[in-house]
Amino acid sequence: MSAIPVESPFRRFVEDFVRSPTAVIAAIGVLGIACVAIFAAQIAPQNPYDLAEINIMDGSLPPGSVGFDGFHYWLGTDEQGRDMLSAMIYGLRISLSVSLIAVGSAVAIGMSLGMLAAWSGGRVEAFIMRAVDIQLSFPALLVALLLLAILGKGIDKVIIALVLVQWAYFARTVRGAALVEIRKDYVMAARCLALQPMRILFGHVLPNCLPPVIVIATVQVANAIAIEASLSFLGVGVPITEPSLGLLISNGFGYLLSGRYWISFYPGVVLLVTLVCINVVGDHVRDILNPRMQK
Amino acid sequence: MLAYLIRRFGQSLLVMAVMATIVFFGLYMVGNPVDLLINPEDDLAAQEAAIRRLGLDQPIYIQFLQFLKGIATGNLGVSFVHNTPALELILSRLPATLELAFFAMLLAILLGIPLGMIAGLYPSSPGSRVIMGGSIIGFSTPNFWQGLMLIMLFAVFWRVLPSGGRGQTTDLFGIPVSFLTLDGLKHLILPALNLAIFKIALVIRLSRAGTSEVSLQDYVKYARARGLSEKRIVGVHILKNILIPVVTVLGLELGNVIAFAVVTETVFAWPGIGKLLIDSIGLLDRPVVVAYMMLTVFMFVMINFFVDMAYSMLDPRIRIKAGKS
Amino acid sequence: MTAPVLSVRDLVTEFDTRAGALRAVNNVCFDVMPGEVLGIVGESGSGKTITGFSIMQLLDKPGKVKSGEILLNGKDLGRLGDTELRQLRGDRIAMIFQDPMMTLNPVLRIDTQMIETILAHRKVSHAEARQLAEDALAQVGIPSPAERLKTYPHEMSGGMRQRVVIAIALMLEPDLIIADEPTTALDVTIQSQILFEMQRLLSNRNMGLIWITHDLTVVAGLAHKVAVMYAGRIVEFGPVSDLLDRPAHPYTRGLIDSIPSNASHGKRLTQIPGMTPNLLNLGKGCPFRPRCPRASDICASDPETSSTGDGRTVRCHNPIEEGLDDTASAT
Ligand SMILES: Nc1ncnc2c1ncn2[C@@H]1O[C@H](COP(=O)(O)OP(=O)(O)O)[C@@H](O)[C@H]1O
Ligand code: SF4
Ligand SMILES: [Mg+2]
Repeated sequence: MSAIPVESPFRRFVEDFVRSPTAVIAAIGVLGIACVAIFAAQIAPQNPYDLAEINIMDGSLPPGSVGFDGFHYWLGTDEQGRDMLSAMIYGLRISLSVSLIAVGSAVAIGMSLGMLAAWSGGRVEAFIMRAVDIQLSFPALLVALLLLAILGKGIDKVIIALVLVQWAYFARTVRGAALVEIRKDYVMAARCLALQPMRILFGHVLPNCLPPVIVIATVQVANAIAIEASLSFLGVGVPITEPSLGLLISNGFGYLLSGRYWISFYPGVVLLVTLVCINVVGDHVRDILNPRMQK
Repeated sequence: MLAYLIRRFGQSLLVMAVMATIVFFGLYMVGNPVDLLINPEDDLAAQEAAIRRLGLDQPIYIQFLQFLKGIATGNLGVSFVHNTPALELILSRLPATLELAFFAMLLAILLGIPLGMIAGLYPSSPGSRVIMGGSIIGFSTPNFWQGLMLIMLFAVFWRVLPSGGRGQTTDLFGIPVSFLTLDGLKHLILPALNLAIFKIALVIRLSRAGTSEVSLQDYVKYARARGLSEKRIVGVHILKNILIPVVTVLGLELGNVIAFAVVTETVFAWPGIGKLLIDSIGLLDRPVVVAYMMLTVFMFVMINFFVDMAYSMLDPRIRIKAGKS
Repeated sequence: MTAPVLSVRDLVTEFDTRAGALRAVNNVCFDVMPGEVLGIVGESGSGKTITGFSIMQLLDKPGKVKSGEILLNGKDLGRLGDTELRQLRGDRIAMIFQDPMMTLNPVLRIDTQMIETILAHRKVSHAEARQLAEDALAQVGIPSPAERLKTYPHEMSGGMRQRVVIAIALMLEPDLIIADEPTTALDVTIQSQILFEMQRLLSNRNMGLIWITHDLTVVAGLAHKVAVMYAGRIVEFGPVSDLLDRPAHPYTRGLIDSIPSNASHGKRLTQIPGMTPNLLNLGKGCPFRPRCPRASDICASDPETSSTGDGRTVRCHNPIEEGLDDTASAT
C-alpha cells in the first residue's frame, strides 16, 4: 500500500472517472458536441443564414432528399428550403453559448455573494440567504418567462433571465462550503492577524468551494439549455434571426400535424442527446467528488 | 401546533408582501408603468383618462398603497384584449390548469412510486436498469419536445388520441371538467402525461433512493422478524417511510407543475392559465401578465405553506418538535 | 426426558466479502430446553448477533448459513420455505433487537405495529387483537396501556420502547425468544428494572430464552446455562453457577476477572490484553492464542470441543483445572 506514490487530486479524479464506461461515452459525447458547436461554420454543409445558399424551391423536403440543384439534404429542409442539418449545427452553437455564458455569469455572481455571506455573517448574510430562499422557492422557468415578458426578446435578455434564476444555487452552495473552511483554525488565526481578507478568500476558501460548484455548474448548464429551449419555444426567447435548437423545434411545431415531423424531431434529438450526455457526466462527477467533499 | 401554524402563516404573508413590492417596483424600474398598464392603441384622451383612473399621476408611495389595496381587494386591472377584469379572466381559466396539474400529479404518484420502489428493492435486475435509464431520459428531455413527440406518435402517426383542446366538458359543482366524459378524458391523457413525465422521473429517483435506504433499517428487519408478509413490509413499513420525502418534494413541485403547465398547455392548446399567459404576452395584454404574476406568487406562497403543514402531519417527529417550539 | 425447543448443530455462517469468506459463526452447537434461559456471552464482534439472525434465517447479504442444522421443535428451519418461516417468525420464535430506538417503525403507531403482528398469525378480529396488545403492554409494566397504544415510538423513552418490544415478543406465547443485548443501549437503572421484569415474566412460562449479552453479571442473575463465544466459536459451555465459579477456559477466566466487583479492594482490575481478532485472517491454531496467558506450543493447532462432565464443554488445549484456577489471574 505504502508503495503507491501520492497522486495529484486531478489524476485521481480522472482515474475514478474512466472507471465508468457510460460516463466516458457521455464525456466523449459532450466533447464531440462542443466541437461541432465551435466549428459550426466549417462543418455545416450550408450556411443556413446566407440567403444566397437557400433555395425556396427546396422547401419542406423530407430527410434524404436531393434538392433542385443536386444538394443532398440528409435531414430534410424547413419550409424555406433551409438545410435542417446545417440549421441544427448553428442552432446548437447558439444554445450552448447562451447557456455557457449564463452559467458562467451565475457562477461568478453566486460565488461572490456566497463568499460575502459566509465572510461577513450577520445581517448581510441573513439578507443574502433570505433572497436565495425566496428565489429558489419559485420555479426557474416561470421567473424567466415573466421577466422576459417584461423585458422582451433577445439573446442578451435570455442570458440575464438565466443568470437571475441560477445565481442562488451557487450562492447557497458556496456559502455552505465557505463556512466550513472559514471556521477552521488557520483562517481564524489569519483573520485575527488581520491578514488581507482577499488573500484568505481567494487563496484558501475559494479552492475548497470548487468541487461542489463544478458539480452544480454541470447540471445547471443542462438546465440552462433546457430553459432557453423552452423559452424560445414559448416565443419569448432568442429572436428568429438567431434560432437556437428550441426555436427550430418551435418552428417545426406548425408542420407536425401535417406529418412533416423532421423539422421538430431532429433538433429535439440533438437536444436530448446533449442533455443526457451532460447529465450523465454531471451525475458521475458528483458521485466521485461527493465522498471527498464529506471527508 | 397552533403556534407553529400561526408563525408559519405570518412568514407566508411576509413573503407575499416582499414579492408584491418587488413586482411593483419592478414595473417602475424595468419599464414605465404607463407603458405596461395603459393600452397603447387607445387615443390620447382615453390614455390620460386611464392614467388618472389608475392613479398613475399620483406620487409613487400613494400608487404603491393603491397597488397593495388592489391586491387585497382582488382588483388587478382590466384586460386590454378581453375587456374583462384580469383576475376574473385568470380565475375562469384556472380549473382547466388545476385539472391538468392534478392528473399529472396523480400519474406521477401512481407510476413513479411503484417503479421507484421496484428499482430500489431489486437494484441489479434488468427491469430496474430499464426504469433508471428511462428516468434519466425523462429528466433530460425538455418538456415541450416530449409533448410534440407524443402528438406525433398518438395523434399524427397512430391517430388514436386528439392533438389538442379540452374536448367535451361537464360541470362538476358548476366548474367545467374534462375527465368525466370519454372525449374529455381522451383529450386529457396526453397533456397530463406530458406534464407528468418529468415528475415521474423525479419520483422514481426519490422512491428508489428512499427504498434502498429504508430497506436496510433495523425496523424493516424487525418487521420481518415478526413474521409480517412481504406485501405489508413493502406496502406499509417501507412505503410510509419513503412517502414523507416524496410527498414533500412533490408538494414543492406543485408550483413547478403549474409553471410547466405553461409549456404543456401551449403544446396541446389546453385552455388554462398557462396558455392565457403566453397568449397575453404575445398580444401585449399586460394587465393579465401582471395579474398572473401576483396570482402565482400568491399560489406559491400558499403551496409552500400547505406543504409544510402536510409534512408536519405526515411525520410525527416533526409534529412534536413543531408543537413544542 | 423433554425434547429441546431449539437445537443448533454445527452451525457455520459465512459472509462472502470481497476480501474472502468471513466465518462469523464457526461450528456452534447448543440446545435450549423449554423454560430454560441460555446466556450467550462474548466481546463485541464475537458472532452473537449473527448466531441469532442465523437461527431466525434473517441474515443480510452476503451472509449465509453454510452448514449445520437449526431444529425448532425438531423442524429444520434451514429447509423451510419463505411462507413457513414467515409463519414461525413472530409466532413460535420471537426476537428482541439490541437498539430499541431503531427497532420500532418511527412512522407507525404502537397499536398498528402490535396489531399487525397479531393479525399476521391469528385469525382474530381487530378489536380482539387490540385487547391482546393492551394486555401485553400491561403485563410488561407499562402504565395506562390503552393510551400508550395510540402513541408513536418517538414519544416514548428507550426503556419504554424496549418494554413494548418485549411485550410484542411475549404476546403470542412463542416457544423461543432470542433477546439480542436488549438492555445494552439503556441506562443502568432501567437495565436492572427490565432484567427484574424479565425474570418475573419468565417464571411461570415454559418458553426457551436465548439472552445475548457482553455482560457476565447479567447472565449470572438470569441464565441457567451459559455459552461463551469467541471469534465465532463457543469456547466454553455449561450451567451458569458452575461455569462462573470454576471457569475452565482462559477467556472465560479473563472475562470474570474484568468484572469490577470481583476484584478485591486495592487490587487493580485485570483486563484481557490485546484485541479481538480479525476474522478474515485468523490463520491456524487457537484464535485466542495471542491474548492467552496459558498458551503453549500445542495451541498452534485449533483445539476441539471436549466434554468435561456435568454438562460442561470447553474448547481449549490447556483448560484450567479445578483448584489451580488462581494461576491465570496471578498478575
Ligand atoms: N454484513 C456483514 N458483512 C460482513 N461481515 C459481517 C457482517 N455482519 C457481521 N459481520 C461479521 O461478523 C462478526 C460477528 O458479528 P456480530 O454477530 O454482530 O457480533 P456480536 O457478537 O457483537 O453481536 C463480526 O466480526 C463482523 O465482522
Ligand atoms: S487453546 Fe491454548 S491458546 Fe487457546 S485458549 Fe486454550 S490455552 Fe489458550
Ligand atoms: Mg451484536
